[in-house]
Amino acid sequence: MGFLKNKSLNLKRYSLVLFSLLFVIACHSRIPSEALKLDSESLQKRQLQTRVFQTNDESKVLAACSSLLQDLGFNIEESESELGVIVGSKDRSAVSAGKVVGSLLLGVLTGVYVPWDKNQKMRACVVTKPSGEEKKNVAVRVTFQRIVWNTQNQITIMEGLTEPEMYKEFFDKLSKSLFLEANEAF
Amino acid sequence: MKRFNITKFSVAIFFLFLIVGCASTQKQLLDSDASQLQLRSIQTRAFDTTDKEKTLRAVIATLQDLGFVIDKADATLGSVSATKLDRYALRMTVTVRPKGDKQLLVRANAQYELTPVEDPEPYQNFFSALQKAMFLSAHDVD
Repeated sequence: MGFLKNKSLNLKRYSLVLFSLLFVIACHSRIPSEALKLDSESLQKRQLQTRVFQTNDESKVLAACSSLLQDLGFNIEESESELGVIVGSKDRSAVSAGKVVGSLLLGVLTGVYVPWDKNQKMRACVVTKPSGEEKKNVAVRVTFQRIVWNTQNQITIMEGLTEPEMYKEFFDKLSKSLFLEANEAF
Repeated sequence: MKRFNITKFSVAIFFLFLIVGCASTQKQLLDSDASQLQLRSIQTRAFDTTDKEKTLRAVIATLQDLGFVIDKADATLGSVSATKLDRYALRMTVTVRPKGDKQLLVRANAQYELTPVEDPEPYQNFFSALQKAMFLSAHDVD
């Protein structure tokens, strides 16, 4: 009797697991409602990611951006000068010593292999746009994002990069690059 | 007896998986579930302008405002593709083409992770953001 009771419990548990699995497979993953909505942070991010340069020569700025992306180790993936778009990407290591040690320790403690982050693809997109009255300026907006894979080739991080320091450094370098282009130093 | 039941149960569940998990390749390829006409009206708006380049630039600026990184842009074809990564991957393609000689049609379609976005609401949000960038109102298209 006890055996039977146990079995039926197992059956119940079994169906529960299968049911949840079914749910995962059939899962109608829905787009988050705020995904395509402008929010209060949108303007803030735009300001962070944009600088205006006093020139009406959009193609010159675009060329400076393209050289800068190369300076930063990006490979140009796509460009459309008519719309002021350049897209670059690069693959880099995502290994951090601390995380590897943590994973190894956890692995030893639990006896299970714990993967750690191995490599990442970083993407940068620069968009130029004539701005200001009479279009005498050129606004440059850059956006970064990255995808990180672990040692089992699973994606662990997908994110836009928003640290202000990254953008500040990028635009500092762009100012220098524009200066170099203007003087045709290289 | 009990063991037999479990086996039978597993087989039934297995077939259920097949039904739920695998839509046919043709269905996936051609997304035959959605009504073509309905989808078009959800994804398309008309704007009272003929300036294709300005519209494409506004589309790009809007996508950037929404956190997308541009993947591809083609002024001749009038198309822009972009991806947003925010713990999820959302990919979007927007095309701009003339409608008559006074209007432009803007069509957007999005893919969230592995599924097409077919709800009207995300598209309404997108076009409401685009309207602001264009300083023009978006008209529904029949």
